[in-house]
Amino acid sequence: MTTLTPAAAPIRPAPRTRGIPGGRWTRFVVRRTGRLLVSLWVLVTASFLMIHLVPGDPVRAALGLTAPPDLVAAKRKALGLEDPLLTQYLHYVGHLFRGDLGESIQSQLAVSDTISQRLPATASLALLAFAVAVAVAIPLGVAVAVATRRGRRRRTELTFAGTSVVLGSIPDFLVGVALVAVLAVNLGWFPVAGRSGATSYVLPVIALAIGPAAVLARIVRVEMLSVLDTDYIRTARAKRLPSLRINLRHALPNAVTATLTLGGMLLASMVAGTVLVENVFAWPGLGSTIVQSITTKDYPMVQGTVLVYGVIVLVVNTLVDVALALIDPRSTIGDS
Amino acid sequence: MRRWSRVLRTPVGIAGVTMLGLVLLLAVLAPLVWGDHADAVDTDNLLAGPSGQHWIGTDNLGRDLLFRVLVATRLSVALALLATAIGTTLGLLLGVAPLLLGRRVGRLVVAVVNILVAFPGLLLVLFFAVVFGVGTRGAVLAVGVAIAPGFARLVQTFVAGIAERDFVAAARIAGVSRLRIVVRHVLPNIAEPLIVNATITAGGVLLSFAGLSFLGLGVQPPSYDWGRLMQEGLSGIYIHPLAALAPGIAVILAGLAFNLTGEAIAGAFGVSTVTGTADPLPHVPAGETPEGRAAHEGTVRDDLVLDVRDLAVSFPGGVRPVRGVSFGIAAGEALGVVGESGSGKSLTALSIARLVEEPGRVDARRLTFCGTDLLEQADHDELLGTSLAVVFQDPMTSFNPVMRIGTQLAEVGRHHQGLSRRSALARAVDRLAAVRVRDPERRARQYPHEFSGGMRQRAMIGMGLMGSPRLIIADEPTTALDVTVQSQVLELLQGVRREQNAALLLISHDVSVVADVCGRVLVMYAGRIVEDLPTDALRTDARHPYTRALVAAVPDMATALDAPLATIPGQPVDPAHVPAGCAFAARCPIANDRCRTEEPVLRDDGTGHRVACWHTAEEVELLSIGTAGGLDTPSPRGSGYSTTDDGSGYSTTGDGSGYSTTGDGSGYSTTGDGSGYSTTGDGSGYSTTGDGSAGRVASASERIETKAPGEEVAR
Repeated sequence: MTTLTPAAAPIRPAPRTRGIPGGRWTRFVVRRTGRLLVSLWVLVTASFLMIHLVPGDPVRAALGLTAPPDLVAAKRKALGLEDPLLTQYLHYVGHLFRGDLGESIQSQLAVSDTISQRLPATASLALLAFAVAVAVAIPLGVAVAVATRRGRRRRTELTFAGTSVVLGSIPDFLVGVALVAVLAVNLGWFPVAGRSGATSYVLPVIALAIGPAAVLARIVRVEMLSVLDTDYIRTARAKRLPSLRINLRHALPNAVTATLTLGGMLLASMVAGTVLVENVFAWPGLGSTIVQSITTKDYPMVQGTVLVYGVIVLVVNTLVDVALALIDPRSTIGDS
Repeated sequence: MRRWSRVLRTPVGIAGVTMLGLVLLLAVLAPLVWGDHADAVDTDNLLAGPSGQHWIGTDNLGRDLLFRVLVATRLSVALALLATAIGTTLGLLLGVAPLLLGRRVGRLVVAVVNILVAFPGLLLVLFFAVVFGVGTRGAVLAVGVAIAPGFARLVQTFVAGIAERDFVAAARIAGVSRLRIVVRHVLPNIAEPLIVNATITAGGVLLSFAGLSFLGLGVQPPSYDWGRLMQEGLSGIYIHPLAALAPGIAVILAGLAFNLTGEAIAGAFGVSTVTGTADPLPHVPAGETPEGRAAHEGTVRDDLVLDVRDLAVSFPGGVRPVRGVSFGIAAGEALGVVGESGSGKSLTALSIARLVEEPGRVDARRLTFCGTDLLEQADHDELLGTSLAVVFQDPMTSFNPVMRIGTQLAEVGRHHQGLSRRSALARAVDRLAAVRVRDPERRARQYPHEFSGGMRQRAMIGMGLMGSPRLIIADEPTTALDVTVQSQVLELLQGVRREQNAALLLISHDVSVVADVCGRVLVMYAGRIVEDLPTDALRTDARHPYTRALVAAVPDMATALDAPLATIPGQPVDPAHVPAGCAFAARCPIANDRCRTEEPVLRDDGTGHRVACWHTAEEVELLSIGTAGGLDTPSPRGSGYSTTDDGSGYSTTGDGSGYSTTGDGSGYSTTGDGSGYSTTGDGSGYSTTGDGSAGRVASASERIETKAPGEEVAR
């Protein structure tokens, strides 16, 4: 520690904002970026290998048994499948850097075009659902924690625990089906499917958000409860601060560390969750695309979409780690 | 096997196991019983709604949906179990691989698993579904492989926990092969948690598989599982929503069956987290304790900063860690409170600061601070926030780790003194300087983890100086600090007290600390003051046998360095079971029948020296202070008592002969832990209340604390 610095010691440079010592912070960013790069490499390689791991001839599978042999041969050549594996790999990676994800076997369209056209629908859905989940979960978790602390309001606690467990364990696509059946078909409040205007977002967003919100609220509550019992909260109470400030300014940031870790995982899984929910609501996003292209064995399209999903997940995970380090200077920056 | 039966004794366990039994029964029987019905085509009722004939309607071929949902149980469950088996087996292999294959390969496996678990399961499933091909076989493999990394991570965690244990290390040193270590030593020890997690995993797999079939990537027609039925139902959702909902409900129920069973087993095998039910509080009216009546009844001294009469703290279950405490502190006075842990001294301090939380309950006949009655239901925040400073024991945990020190100090000024953000911060810097923190401007911008323990305690005192404290409560302020820093912090407290003319309430288990700092000392035992005397009189005129024992246990310069540390025989009173009569009687060498039946009153001898003991000063005087011998005490628990300060690990194993140190000299290097100490602390009831403060006071294995600086020498 630096407290033993003699008075005569040269004056240290002004502390950086956020109070994070530069060396450790840099090392953390470098380490975390390194992990991201390795994961990206694994992802790219896996996506490349996918087409070669498929049993049988992928082109024959895609074009069907009735396709003329010369067409298949031409397609194989166009996809570069006749080249040595290493050449193909370098070719694949090289094209990736130029944003070229190849061409759909079925539609002949550039995969990157289809993806950039469909990604906004998926991204907006996932982000909106995540925002809703967080916006519901944190106040709810905090409120329940504060209200049920120290064995008070047992009934509220039990109701909350029961409801959140049930809601958290129902998969999003089942929620989606139920929502469609009740709110769209029976009551006709919302569109059954498709993406047209704000109302069409309501049901898919609820379907995606409800489970993660329940899980997150539980975590927030547990974290809040443990934080509220810490010595530093007792210190804050000894200072006679208003309880709102104690709960929100002192306790919440400490509770949110674990919440954010889980929240990041939830966002990542929400991105994946769109696949199922999009299929429930016939949502014109990447999720529909990936399932369709798997079914039609459109491998370049599958490769492209899997890659995009994977990259999104990895980037989200990295961002969450960085955000965590910013919120809580102690966490994650330690050597691990 | 008793733990297995415990599973069935919880409501969750009963529900889970029953549901799981039903699901498995259906999986076996449904295709046999209803298989034909499920495939029977009824062309008169295509896509029909619920009717007497078809309870939840029919599909587009007129097949009965209820039967189809029931029959689909077998395929859904069987495929889920198959995929789980594949996934857990793979995960197990990956999980023990680091142990089997040695360091280098092991690290690689761990790295690969770490990368894979970063991806959501569904993404992995889709990837492998492409690789293994669309269809039932491909889907089973895909789901199985996709869950493997997560399970492998779990196994690795468990293995890491067990691999550090002695018996594994011993086996390794003995030259047992890695495979044998894994099979014979590691796996049997992690089998239970793995089975639990595999059960819960199976529930998740069931849902994933339904999702895959729902997407059309799993079970293909004419076979059908729940996911497939849902997909078929969704296309007709306008006409017949139940066709999509019914299989969905089946999936949820079956998934829940696995999850609940897993959770119930986990609960039965793990530590029970159920907290005790709240008992009604036994409310003891203030003033009904002997001490209260004996206290200077009615006389209200207006020079007192703090006046406490008959303070009691109680917890559900009839636990009363503080049982009627009365004292006052005058302005500028330094009052010490000493006692073993569990004597109620910290809780007394917390209740004065109004920091005892539910379900703890504070009662008093009088509790005034600076002339204000704190018992009144009014907002005392400003008074307490500015005129009362509290310094807690552990500076490492008492600051908010994510807020800058300056901000934490400035809050007081912002909220109680109406200062602007800027001037509050300026005052915080000024206060840090006042407690001799060097370079306060820079320090104020730092986070607590950038401060050393001693600096934090200074900052904590500085926080108390944001207002103008009339009373400083310091609860073991130096216990967590090392010896050199201790004296600095104590000096600082003294200085602050003099400058501000504030009163100081110093709580410590360390008699010598209190003797150095305070003019008067309260000795607490079992939630009650047993003696209130000037510190000058501690060595010469202590009239309670317990005070004498405490003083005798403090080594001084005359104590032989090779002599074992003096101890007090017996153990502190469990606050849940306070005996009748004098609480100290069981450990008191001169206790008689009256002591064991009638509780002594805290009496003032006219000079302000108060003692709660039936014996006359002359009788107690026979217990010569500070010398060994003379106290042949029948210790209730026999030998094996120990004296330690928190965490230092000293203990003296004596033979029950009293305070004297008749150990063999080697005694205090080893702890006499089997002595039955552990039977006291817990089970006291109020450690389960979740009250951090109470838990600390009644911390497990209640030890006698007679720590003194001399111990460092003794070592």
